[in-house]
Amino acid sequence: MIQIIQNLGKSTRTSFTKLGRATYFLFQTISGTFGILLRPRLLLNQLYSVGVLSFLIITISGLFVGMVLGLQGYYTLSDFGAEETLGVMVAASLVRELGPVVSALLFAGRAGSALTAEIGLMKATEQLSGMEMMAVDPIKRIITPRFLAGLISMPLLAGLFSAVGIVGGQIIGSGLLGVDQGVYWSQMQASIDFHDDIINGVIKSIVFGFVASWIALFEGYDAIPTSEGVSRATTRTVVNSAFSILGLDFILTALMFGDN
Amino acid sequence: MDNSVSSQDSIVSVRNLSFSRGNKKIFDDISLDFQRGKITAIMGPSGTGKTTLLKLIGGQLFPENGSITVDGEDVHKLRRTELYELRKRLGMLFQSGALLTDMNVFDNVAFPLREHTHLPESMIRSLVLMKLQAVGLRGARTLMPNELSGGMARRVALARAIALDPMMILYDEPFTGQDPISMGVLVHLIKSLNNILGLTSIIVSHDVHDTSAIADYIYVLSGGKIVGQGTPQEIQQSDSEWVQQFMTGAADGPVHFHYPAKDYVDDLMSTGKRY
Ligand SMILES: Nc1ncnc2c1ncn2[C@@H]1O[C@H](COP(=O)(O)OP(=O)(O)OP(=O)(O)O)[C@@H](O)[C@H]1O
Ligand SMILES: [Mg+2]
Repeated sequence: MIQIIQNLGKSTRTSFTKLGRATYFLFQTISGTFGILLRPRLLLNQLYSVGVLSFLIITISGLFVGMVLGLQGYYTLSDFGAEETLGVMVAASLVRELGPVVSALLFAGRAGSALTAEIGLMKATEQLSGMEMMAVDPIKRIITPRFLAGLISMPLLAGLFSAVGIVGGQIIGSGLLGVDQGVYWSQMQASIDFHDDIINGVIKSIVFGFVASWIALFEGYDAIPTSEGVSRATTRTVVNSAFSILGLDFILTALMFGDN
Repeated sequence: MDNSVSSQDSIVSVRNLSFSRGNKKIFDDISLDFQRGKITAIMGPSGTGKTTLLKLIGGQLFPENGSITVDGEDVHKLRRTELYELRKRLGMLFQSGALLTDMNVFDNVAFPLREHTHLPESMIRSLVLMKLQAVGLRGARTLMPNELSGGMARRVALARAIALDPMMILYDEPFTGQDPISMGVLVHLIKSLNNILGLTSIIVSHDVHDTSAIADYIYVLSGGKIVGQGTPQEIQQSDSEWVQQFMTGAADGPVHFHYPAKDYVDDLMSTGKRY
């Protein structure tokens, strides 16, 4: 019994010290922002590898998710004779929930794991300490541009996901199942609110981008500098990002849509 | 402790340094001096803490006790920005090279110049080509680090370490993995950097012969202590068993080839144990 309590205390302490390190790391990362804005090239390179290279997976997944929503929505709505609201249903699900959440999960799997592995290997091969000895702060030079790139790409990717998904829903709804195309779009336009739906969705995706990039970069930076340590850190990135994204989604949804 | 070396003209002075890794004491109250403008070698068996000493001097590790002064500044009392200013004047050649793997040879050598100066690209190009020429790799400028051999990578790292014309260079095993020809070139390069540009070198090495050929002063470390020091001649004539063993490479002597372990026969006989 004592043993259990001791172990619990010990693991609580290690997770708190890790949280402390992660917070300090975040402050250092953010404090490098100004320097990076003066060297936009570093940011552009990272926007390419973090953002642009995620385009394909986001587009394809968005298309399929939209098509599934079109099918499922149509069968459910047509029971009530309400299939003309299919556009609203597809768009609302995507913009409010699925767009930000699924694209963030994909982002954590595609870009996050790559970031962790990259930073972890740079640490393992002494590239980070080499930089320190050259009087270059690795956090400001390596971490900050990647963090900013994640923060900027995530809302754009979520927007892309939702847009492609809405088109996917329309392809199925009006192309295959005979919902009138004009009705699909006009109902959507009438019911989706810019502030309540779109802005809230964007806020969600910014939060997710922040958390997913932070976790990925910190896990890489904090990894034990061996091949095994890096591989574990990569796994932790995917798992911890998924938990954080889903947990935060619940909290944000409750805060944003609670009182409608 | 022999304190015949005055700390007046020393660029680095290590005073009463102690450092441990876990329960293992790496350094136990040692003091060393590195003279300005000289080549000082640190020798000692593998795992004694030579790399660790360089990292302590560079301010990447913190001592438990004692202090390290570099160019008049106590490394471990400096603020972060001051430490970075000091490091701009130091070049360090890592044992592993530590090249940035996402850049080619040229960009690796140009890296410190681009980070710390506002020189035009044409000037950077000339500087980089000069440094690469010095290590014989001007023709390899477009190769990526994964396309280099170990010895080539180390020479690129050396070119990078001298890119900013530092006042002092710390070399961690510069000769390992070099063929006799590039070894000769490196020895000559290190020597001429020192004599012509007047910088200070600290060389970590196992190579008794080549180190004796260029070092002005040698420290031999073992078991957390300094077991010998002096000019190469003094070291070679030293009657210290430690030093003699190291210089002649005998497996038996005060320095143990083996990591501490229990008796070999007992160990082999104790069956039933996993490790
Ligand atoms: N990160 C670390 N964590 C724990 N112990 C370490 C770590 N790095 C080095 N050590 C230990 O510190 C001791 C000194 O290591 P160091 O790398 O300084 O040796 P060295 O003299 O440079 O050896 P070599 O000539 O083989 O490079 C070794 O016994 C090693 O086991
Ligand atoms: Mg070493």
